[in-house]
Amino acid sequence: MTGLLVHAVGGPCLVQDAGRPGHAAIGVGVGGAADRSSYALANRLLGNTPGAAALEVTLGGLEVEATGVAWVCVTGAPVPLSVDGRPEPTGAVLALRPGQRLRLGLPRAGLRSYLAVRGGLAVPPLLGSRARDTLAGLGPEPVRAGDRLPVGDEGTGQMLVEAVPPTTYDDRPVLRVVRGPRADWVVDVDRLVEQVWRVGAASDRVGLRLEGAALAAAPGKGELPSEGALRGAIQVPPGGAPVVFGPDHPVTGGYPVVGVVVDADTDRLAQLRPGDELRFRWVS
Amino acid sequence: MRLLPYGDRGLLVELADTAAVVAVAELVGAHPLAEELVADVVPGARSVLLVARPGVPVGRLVDVAPDEVAVAEAISQPVRQVRRDDPTRIPVVYDGPDLAAVASLTGLSEQEVVAAHTGTPWHVAFGGFAPGFAYLVGGDPRLQVPRRDEPRTSVPAGSVGLAGEFSGVYPRSSPGGWQLIGRTDLALWDLECDPPALLTAGATVVFEEAR
Repeated sequence: MTGLLVHAVGGPCLVQDAGRPGHAAIGVGVGGAADRSSYALANRLLGNTPGAAALEVTLGGLEVEATGVAWVCVTGAPVPLSVDGRPEPTGAVLALRPGQRLRLGLPRAGLRSYLAVRGGLAVPPLLGSRARDTLAGLGPEPVRAGDRLPVGDEGTGQMLVEAVPPTTYDDRPVLRVVRGPRADWVVDVDRLVEQVWRVGAASDRVGLRLEGAALAAAPGKGELPSEGALRGAIQVPPGGAPVVFGPDHPVTGGYPVVGVVVDADTDRLAQLRPGDELRFRWVS
Repeated sequence: MRLLPYGDRGLLVELADTAAVVAVAELVGAHPLAEELVADVVPGARSVLLVARPGVPVGRLVDVAPDEVAVAEAISQPVRQVRRDDPTRIPVVYDGPDLAAVASLTGLSEQEVVAAHTGTPWHVAFGGFAPGFAYLVGGDPRLQVPRRDEPRTSVPAGSVGLAGEFSGVYPRSSPGGWQLIGRTDLALWDLECDPPALLTAGATVVFEEAR
C-alpha cells in the first residue's frame, strides 16, 4: 500500500481533517485543521473528498518519502519545497515516484502548512474523524520521524492541473470581531479594538494569548457559570490578558467571552506566529 | 431565558437552572430542523450554546430555540430526565485532599459527607469540559460547596469532586478547581466502547464507598 514514510519532523506535525462536530455532550470538541481554507484547498486541488485527512505542519521542517506513487500538494504558509532537492512550488499538484523525498523548509510567512496526498491519510478514525485534538489527547499521536502514514482511497475527483499562487499574509492584520455575550464583564470592551495586540509565546492550537494593555474586569460580576465555547471566542481571565480560542479550545469555559472573531477570519488567526501583531475591528 | 449572540455562528441561550439546561438541550436535539441547522449543542451550567452548521445564517438558530412555555413543560415532567435503566455504580475511596475542607464548609463530619455523597442517587445533567466528564446533579443538597480559590494545575484521573450543585469524576488527569473528596478506579472514558463515555446524559449514578 502506498504511504508516506516520515524521515524528519520540524515543529509540531499533526494529522488533521474537518474535525468531529456534534460530540460536545460527551466533552469532545470540534478541533480539526486550524487554517480550514488552506486545508480544504489542498484536498480540492487533489480531487479528494472534502474532509480527507492531511498533515498540518508547523514551521516546516518535514521530510517524507513516498513508498509508492503519490500525488501531493502543499498549501497554507508558503514553504520552500523540494523533491529530491529540486525546488517545486506550493499550491500545485506534484507527483512523487516511489522513493522520492519531499522536503518542507521554513515558511517565509505564516505558521502552518498543509501537506495533503491524493486519497487522504488512512490512519484509524475516532468518532468519525482523524483529527488530533491536542487538548483532549484524542486522535492520532503527533507525527514523528519513522512513522509510516498509509494513503487511503478518498481521491475520487479530478485533479486540478493549474497551480494557485502562494498565500501571502499581510503584516498586522485587522480581524473582524463581534461583541461577545459577556462584553459587559469588562470595564471598557472597546479597548479590544483600540490597541495593537501581540501574539504571546505560549500560544498554541488551544488558544492565542494576546499581549497588550489588560482589559479590566467590571466590578461586582462574581463567578461566571461555565458556558459553551467556540473557536474565535475571546475570553478574558481575571488577569485581563485575552485568549482567543483556537480549534482545540475547551468545550466549555468559565471566563467571560467579550468578543468573538468572525468565523471566516479565524483561519488568519491560525497563521499568526508568536510575536506577530494584530488588531481587531467591530462588525455588527 | 435570554438569547445572546455569540459571534457569527453561535447563539447562547441563557437559562435559570440546570433543569432548564437539560430541557433545552433535549428540545433542540429533537427539533425537526436541528439536523439541517445545528452543528452542535453545547450545554453549560446555566446556558446552552447552539452552533450553526457551516453556511447556515446564525439568525436561523432562533427557529430551533424552544420558548419558555415548552421549557417549563419539559421541566415539569421529571421522568424525562431520569432513564429507567440500572444505575451505574461507582466505587469510591473517600480519601480526597479536600474532604476535610468540604466537611468544614458544609458543617458535616467527614463520615457524614461520605454518607451524603453515597446516600442519594445522582444523574447526569450533561457532559462537557473534557472527554467523558459528566456533570452530575440531584445529589444531597447539603453538599453544595464553592470551587477551590486556586485551581489545581493537575488533578489525577479518577478523582471524585464537588463544585456548586454538581459532583463529577475526572476521566483523565487535567487541571481542575473542584473540591476533591475521593477517587475511583473505574474507567469513565474507554475508546473500545461505543460511546466511549461511560456516563451519558440522563444516566443514573450511585456512588459506593470502597474500602
